[in-house]
Amino acid sequence: MVTGKEPGSEPSSESGLQAPRQPGTVAALRAIAARDLALALKLGGGGAVGLAFFVLAVVLIPLGVGREPATLARIAGGVVWVAALLAALLSLDRLFQADHEDGTLEQLMLAPLPLEQVVLAKAVAHWLVTGAPMVLAGPLLGLMLQLPVGALSALGLALLAGTPALSLVGAIGAALTAGIRRGGLLLSVLVLPLYIPTLVFGARTVENALLDLPWAPPLALTAGLSLFAAALAPFAAATALRITAR
Amino acid sequence: MVEDLVCRRGGRAVFGPLSFRLAGGRALWVRGPNGAGKSSLLRLLAGLGRAESGAVRLDGGARPTRLGETGWQEQVAFAGHLDAVKPALGVAENLALWQGLSGASDGEVAAVLERFGLARIARRPAAECSAGQRRRLSLARLLLAHRPVWLLDEPTVSLDQDATALMADLVREHCAAGGLAVLTSHTDLGLPEAETLALSAAATPEPATTARPSADPFLEGRW
Repeated sequence: MVTGKEPGSEPSSESGLQAPRQPGTVAALRAIAARDLALALKLGGGGAVGLAFFVLAVVLIPLGVGREPATLARIAGGVVWVAALLAALLSLDRLFQADHEDGTLEQLMLAPLPLEQVVLAKAVAHWLVTGAPMVLAGPLLGLMLQLPVGALSALGLALLAGTPALSLVGAIGAALTAGIRRGGLLLSVLVLPLYIPTLVFGARTVENALLDLPWAPPLALTAGLSLFAAALAPFAAATALRITAR
Repeated sequence: MVEDLVCRRGGRAVFGPLSFRLAGGRALWVRGPNGAGKSSLLRLLAGLGRAESGAVRLDGGARPTRLGETGWQEQVAFAGHLDAVKPALGVAENLALWQGLSGASDGEVAAVLERFGLARIARRPAAECSAGQRRRLSLARLLLAHRPVWLLDEPTVSLDQDATALMADLVREHCAAGGLAVLTSHTDLGLPEAETLALSAAATPEPATTARPSADPFLEGRW
């Protein structure tokens, strides 16, 4: 019988098992997020396609409703938000499905950290790829839609406060449909209704800024929705993934 | 130090009730025809499936635990049919995630790549690797994870002779260090010292009384 040790393994006593190692949780979370980011960059240019969709969807609106500045400014907030919802939705269906298909999900379930944290790390990576570019591009699109400069900061802040909820709530839908081969449509039907509160308060923030009303309250509610989603979505999505894996 | 692994599983159509006990430092070769439930057994032991009934215990070792407890997943390493390899990433890049999850050092990763003959192709995208090379990459995770219980489902599929021999060596070393290994294989791995467990498809006809009309976890109210 060969009695050599595994390369690099810690010396273990003759009869004892090697103790499983406990890496730092932060390091583990970073590893998961970093991998998702690396994959996003290698496949389809990362968030570029989602961002292009976001920009195109907004650019189409003036072509449809005419270029009356007052009209465009009035609808700008809602248009940007609806486009953001759809753009976030587009990239969601592969969030867990790809990992489910190639077995990565099984391995992550055996990882030395709770599945809830895995979900959170993946949602953060999703936001960095899709949400963050939209936060940066949103005010520019608002400018294009004749939004007054004063309301642009409200739009940018609303997107910053609200887009995390899109990734987090979307993760629940993505987890529920991970095992379904063509689950994209079902995912949209599941997730879009859950996006309604974020849409309402996010668009309201911009509208209030446009009408010189206080826009801090709807902005705070938008951020609150994201925090609520951050607290709830990891558990819901992890439960859905456990059912999927069975 | 003796590790007890007792598995009883009754009522479900796939197999069982099944009981066995595996001492520390031993390997168990699960044999049986297609459909006998070998993969189901391993997935169940990994905590990925759910047992109809019965219990699995890991006694002794650093942390005694039982299947279903939160500590269980930190005791087992599972290599299933799916390689969990991302084609878009390079060979070494693929291991980076598992390095982050296991806290292994860079030197350790390099040693593991060397051991599996992957050091030469460390920068090659996994999409350009052969099935056997991807399989090696998938198995390389086992050495990074440092788990006392190895569950290997057909580990030698698409491996060449050398890699198969390497796999047998690794299982031997793992056991020599006090670890447990449960593996399935249709070919002889060259582990004559391994205990065997034969699962047979015909031995357990489906018990009509326990066949569940509904497998919906929501309806069962225990999800």
